Amino acid sequence: MIVDDSKLIRQRIAREYDATTFELVGTANNGFDAIELFDRASPEVVTMDLTMPELDGIECIEQLIIREPSTKILVISALNDTSIGMEALEKGAMGFITKPFSGADLKVALNEIIDS
Amino acid sequence: MKEENLRVFLSSIVRYFGHTSDPNVDVGAPYLVDEIKEACREYTGLISISGEYNGVCYFSAPAVLLKHLILSVGETDTSETMMLDTVGEVANTLSGNARRKLGKGFKISAPYLSKGLPAIETEGEGNRIYAIPIQWKSYKALLGVSLH
Repeated sequence: MIVDDSKLIRQRIAREYDATTFELVGTANNGFDAIELFDRASPEVVTMDLTMPELDGIECIEQLIIREPSTKILVISALNDTSIGMEALEKGAMGFITKPFSGADLKVALNEIIDS
Repeated sequence: MKEENLRVFLSSIVRYFGHTSDPNVDVGAPYLVDEIKEACREYTGLISISGEYNGVCYFSAPAVLLKHLILSVGETDTSETMMLDTVGEVANTLSGNARRKLGKGFKISAPYLSKGLPAIETEGEGNRIYAIPIQWKSYKALLGVSLH
């Protein structure tokens, strides 16, 4: 599942997914829609933006982990200070990459959280 | 605004375009303007700053630059909706990256998107805007920063 308020980024991540490893269950452009989609589709892996309208990524991570603690969440955000990365990890995310990112960055980060 | 704070936005611009199909970007010397309308292109993504800082950060670009950016990341949808989305995402990335230097007290909003002038007031004492000229390929855009 891909969560980002930018359609450009959602489509980019969708295209970079390795279709042999992942099946994309859906995308959401804010935290509330993400929770609704999560409840319907039960994804094992989530990419999560942090700065979003309605419900931000940190609160959304918290909600998803309450629902399913084993969910593997990769944060993809433009916020590149260590404190926000640590906060996301404390809430239950398993990885963090900053925008702008390359296809290789995404692949490495996704593989790391899958293997962990 | 301190010069060292402005410098972090210059680094963000270079980093952002360094991840595109053409990493060569010219960043010009910042200049001061009083209002957004003095430094605004066709599409604008504007981020509201709060926390330890107050102000705005906006990326403003012509349609042709945004279409080229969209195509350069492999997308074919260059509709107006997608151009607005893209100008907002660039604004979000450039301002979000500034937290590396400005810290967690630099809080950014989701982007406000507009074709033409953004409907937000920035005028007022001490609210002057640093406009940072950007040239990518042959297209001219700018990043506006007003922090106080």
